[in-house]
This record gives sequence, structure tokens and C-alpha cells, in this order.
Amino acid sequence: MDKLLLLGDEALAQGALDAGLSGAYGYPGTPSTEIFEYVQRNKEAAERGVHRTWSANEKTAMEEALGMSYTGKRAIVTMKHVGLNVAADPFVNSGITGTNGGLIVAVADDPSMHSSQNEQDSRHYGRFALIPVFEPSNQQEAYNMTFDAFALSEKYKTPVVMRLVTRLSHSRAGIIRKEQLEENAIKLPENPNQFVLLPAFARQNYKNLVEKQKILEKESEESKYNVYHEGKDKSLGIIACGLGYNYVKENHVEAECEYPILKISQYPLPRKMITKMINECDEVLIVEDGMPVIEEWLRGYMDNSLNIKGRMDGTLPRVGELDPAKLRTALGLEPYPMKKIPEIVKGRPPELCKGCPHRDSYIALNEAMKKYGPGHVFADIGCYTLGFLAPFHAINSCVDMGASISMAVGAASAGLFPSIAVIGDSTFGHSGMTPLLDAVNSKANIVVFILDNSIVAMTGMQDSAVTGKIEEICAGVGVEKEHIRVIIPLKPHHEENVRIIQNEINYKGVSVIIPRRPCIHIASKMRKQK
Amino acid sequence: MKKDIILAGVGGQGILSIATIIGYAVVQSDLHLKQAEVHGMSQRGGAVESHLRISDKEIHSDLVPHGRSDMIISVEPMESLRYFPYLKHDGWLITNVTPFVNIPNYPEMEHLLNEIRGHKNSIAIDGDAIAKEIGSPRSMNMVILGAASPFLEIPFEMLEDSIRAVFERKGEDIVQKNLDALNRGRDFAEKYIQK
Repeated sequence: MDKLLLLGDEALAQGALDAGLSGAYGYPGTPSTEIFEYVQRNKEAAERGVHRTWSANEKTAMEEALGMSYTGKRAIVTMKHVGLNVAADPFVNSGITGTNGGLIVAVADDPSMHSSQNEQDSRHYGRFALIPVFEPSNQQEAYNMTFDAFALSEKYKTPVVMRLVTRLSHSRAGIIRKEQLEENAIKLPENPNQFVLLPAFARQNYKNLVEKQKILEKESEESKYNVYHEGKDKSLGIIACGLGYNYVKENHVEAECEYPILKISQYPLPRKMITKMINECDEVLIVEDGMPVIEEWLRGYMDNSLNIKGRMDGTLPRVGELDPAKLRTALGLEPYPMKKIPEIVKGRPPELCKGCPHRDSYIALNEAMKKYGPGHVFADIGCYTLGFLAPFHAINSCVDMGASISMAVGAASAGLFPSIAVIGDSTFGHSGMTPLLDAVNSKANIVVFILDNSIVAMTGMQDSAVTGKIEEICAGVGVEKEHIRVIIPLKPHHEENVRIIQNEINYKGVSVIIPRRPCIHIASKMRKQK
Repeated sequence: MKKDIILAGVGGQGILSIATIIGYAVVQSDLHLKQAEVHGMSQRGGAVESHLRISDKEIHSDLVPHGRSDMIISVEPMESLRYFPYLKHDGWLITNVTPFVNIPNYPEMEHLLNEIRGHKNSIAIDGDAIAKEIGSPRSMNMVILGAASPFLEIPFEMLEDSIRAVFERKGEDIVQKNLDALNRGRDFAEKYIQK
């Protein structure tokens, strides 16, 4: 078959399609977005009628995928690591209900926080929920593992997490495809209690889930993705997970590594392999691209049993993604000579594009807020978070999806005036509607800006779930119609916009201002369509 | 054969197109390739980089190791210097000299050129001017790729074929302009090497 040049994200998506996928669910989030987009744009997926509409958020996506699994068909749900927090409720419980059709939860972590608020490690979630995790070390594995993940999922009736990291998600390599599997037909669960987590059934299911761990551990022992490479020099053993394995190998290009290496790409941990390494090596270096998950488990709270090196003792940095140079140091190899960055090189942070509607919104907001001083504006996750930077300095918070409105409600109830929320249209659809309901119910004195650029811009132009529905949603939640104001964020409207903002700040209650102008990256396309 | 390359520029300047053209050529051959790129927030007018690795043997890391890059190809002069820690001491620095100024403290051009020329193997080319000359300002990235092409160890015709394949959808005129840009960059570099 032809070799395809694919991103790690795309390789996973192509694998899922070839392994008989019937539905993809997800919410955009860097670095996971391209998994879903690949399915969405795939011609064959369209011909097969594979479900591929973005969901409102990761929780609904996870539940929709579980619903497809319930019917016996194969589903994938995609999200970034912090999206799994949003989906945590159905995710953890899907371990307890188990699955019917194969279910892959594809989560892309972002060590070093290239485009994220934290660098949490989804392997923690796998262990917490007792759900097996695959962690591919390269693009071909990302492709191949989808077949094994669906098979494992259907054999043991468990969801399977596929954990990617940024450097795999967004790196291309050649992929060789396998023979395609047929999609499953609808076949409802044999046990009518399986998906009914009434306490009596939940207790039984949970017991089964705990029991299942032994057999899942055995699967990990026998997995082709967990490999013990023997080595002559037993003064050190290396446990390397996912991409960490590549960085170890990169430092042994000219000569084979003399130390034993245990490559881990399937969890729960293969206990016998780990025990073998601990027993035969004087010291063990643990290499994980993400948090020191395995290292923490093996050290234990007392940290007195083993001679372990890794991120927690400073052999590798505690935070941030790994790279070959960091491994070189950890392995005690001579670093390659490195040139310094000349001092004249200055930082170049990202910025709002020239002509971006958010610029005009912030200029108007700043003017209206001048007399109140700084510290009143709660913002959210999206391009508009860049409004924190020069020249705007317009916002004071960015925490999680939807938190702008909820934090504004909290601050208003503490007596902060004015209390302003700034949220994008898609983020509003994701997690802004429920806090707006809170605001209405508690008669909060806040002004909510819903910046409507008609697209999910930051992640690369995905459809927004609320396009054309925002005013109705706000009115439906209970915001008074005369305090739902649509403005046009453009220079000629500036004076008028400032006046409207001032009026709504002075109104005692919930106001919604919707600055509406399409993102410049879709504006020309939209004009052509008209 | 092994080439480790850092592509550098500012979000929106077209470094990913350079990666696509080289990537397409490599995949047509039997060589291995890994190419790591940046998506998301940093693409909005910030510094962006892509790591491109080509080898006749299996490639492990998606990232080029520090101090091991054979070449920096940059579409912006200040950005070309940001990735010095990756460049081998005898590696090539090929960069556009037209600055992209979107920060208030952008350094003096003269200082930048001194740093660039201070590196032993460097080619500084005005890609924007050449692209304008041939009537295709947006083909600046292909001028820079052309200037880097003598060092790539990929047959030049394969790069030309890639341009034809990748830009085909956009029409024959765009294909020709980009081929033109590539050749102009190549001519510049070859004259420079002969000196």
C-alpha cells in the first residue's frame, strides 16, 4: 500500500477509520484537533457515513461516543488533556459501565504548555479510572494501536485511552496502512444492567472492573508495544515511555545502548517486566514525557525502596517536555557543543491578527472601563486571551472554559463593580450557558461580552456550535431582551459601542453584549459564499 | 545521508509550505522523514519553528537535538538567530533579510546582519525583493527554499516536481511563479558559493 505522510494525530485518525470506526466525537483543542478534522475531511468517512460533527464540549462528546459504543459500533472521542477534566464524569463512569462496541478516548497532552493552561498527564486519569492506556512512541504506532485498542476494548468491554503528546500529535512521518476492518453492525449489550449504574449494579460493575485489572496487566505483559531490550551493562536500567523512548534511542544512534531498556507503551504497567528491571539493575532511570507518573508509583510515598532516577530527583527536569539534549545529560553523555542565542534576539509573543474583530472590542471595552481602573475583566480560553498582552492589557483572568462568566458572578456577589466577563462564541457554547443561567438566577450585576467571530479561531477554524443562536440562547436562559445588545466591532462604530457598554455597565442586572464580526480568516470565504 | 533542519519564521510567513515541499519530495524517495511543527496559539504572529529530519536510516526523535542541526532555513532575519543552540558549528544558516517587525524592540538591522554574517556558513538573501521582482510577493518562502536547495542533498528536480504537485490545485500561473522563485533562490546561493 501507499505510504502516507501524516501527523501523529492524523495517523491515529486514519488508523481508527481503517479499524472500522463508525463515529468520531470531539471538541477542538490543541494539540488534539487534527484527529477529528482528519475524519471530518476524509472522503471515505463521508461515503461510509461516519459520524463527524463537532460536539458542544468534551463531556457531551464522551457521552455521545459511549452511546455509539452502547449500540455495538466502534467510536472514538477526541480532546486535549484539559478537555478530559470536562469529560471526567462520563469518562470515569464509562470504566464502570464498560463498553459494547470498541471505544477509544484519544487525548493529546501538552507538556511544556505550548497552547495550554497546565501540563497534566492523562495517564493519571487512566489509572484513576482503571482504564487501560496506550501511549504510542511514533506515528506508525499511533496508526497500528487503534486496531489493538478497539480489539482490547471489545474483548474486555473497557474504553481504551490513546495518549498522545504535542510532539507526536504535530509531527509528520510516513505511515504504511493495514488491511481495513468492517464496521460493526448494531448489536445491543447482552446484559441489560450493564449501563445502569444504580448503586446495586454499580457495585457489581465496579467489582468486575477491579477484577479485570489482573487480566489487563497480563495483556500489558504480552503486548508487542511493551518491549524489554536486554543490555550487558546492568549498572543502569532505563524505563522509557512513549516518546521518551525515542529520546533515549536518539542518544545511541551510532552504537547500541549498553543498558537494558524497557519500552512502555501500554498500561496498566507490565509488573513482571518492571520487576525484572528493578531486580537486575543497580539503578533505574525513568523517562516520561509528561508528569513523573510511573516514577511516583514506583518510588511510593516513603521513597526508600529503590534506586530510582528521573524527574523527581533532578536527573531530568521536573517540568516541561523532554528532548534529546535533556536525555543526553541524564545519561551522563557529553553534551554537544551549543551556540548561544545572540543577545539582540528579542521575544516575539503571539498577537491578535491585524484586522481582528477582538481588537476593536477591546479598544471599546478599555475606553468604557477607563474610569474604573484595572482588575474588573474576567476572560476565557481563545484568541481573545491575547488581549492580556500589549497594547490592550484588557483582561485579568484566564482559567478554564466558561470560567469568565462564573468568576464574574462570584466577584459581583462579593461586591466588585463593574464585573465583566469576556468569552468567545464557541467557548460560550462549550461551558458558558450554565453560568449565565446562574447569573440570571442570582440576579448578578454583570456584563457578559460574547465575542462572536462565528468560528473556533484559535484551534484553526472549526465550526462553532452556537453560530446564529446566541441571542436566543441568552433570552432562553432568562436575560432580558433589551439587555442583549449586538454591536459591530469596527472603528466607525466605536463611539456608539462605548456608549452601549457604558449603559449596560450602569444597568443593575445581567447584560449581554455581542460584538459580532467574522474572524478575518473566514471573512473572505463567507463573502464568497454569499 | 542525514539532514537535520530547523525551519524558522513568524506565524503566517509560510514555513510550513517549505516543510510540505521538502516532505513531499522525501516521501517520493526511500528516505525516512520526521517533521515536527507548531500549531495553535503560537501561530498568531509569534515566533514559529519546524523541525525537519531526513535520513536513510530510521529516525527516532521528532525533535532535532541541540547542537546537531545541519541547517537553519529562516524566512526572517531575527528568527534565524533564535535557533542558534540547535545549529552545528559548521552548519549552514540560510535566511531572508527582510525583517518582519511586529514588536516595539526589534533590533537594528545592521546588528542582525553582523550576527548572521558572523556565522561562518551563512547565506543572507533578500527573498522578499526577489519575489517582488518576479511579480509574486507571496513566493518569498520558495526563494528561501531555493537558496537552501544546494545543501539539501535532494535532487533539485524533485523539489520542482513537489512544487508542481503541491501547487497544482492553485493553477499553472502559481506553479510557474513558485518554480521561478525556487530557481532564483538557487541561482543566488550558487553564485554565493562560487565566490
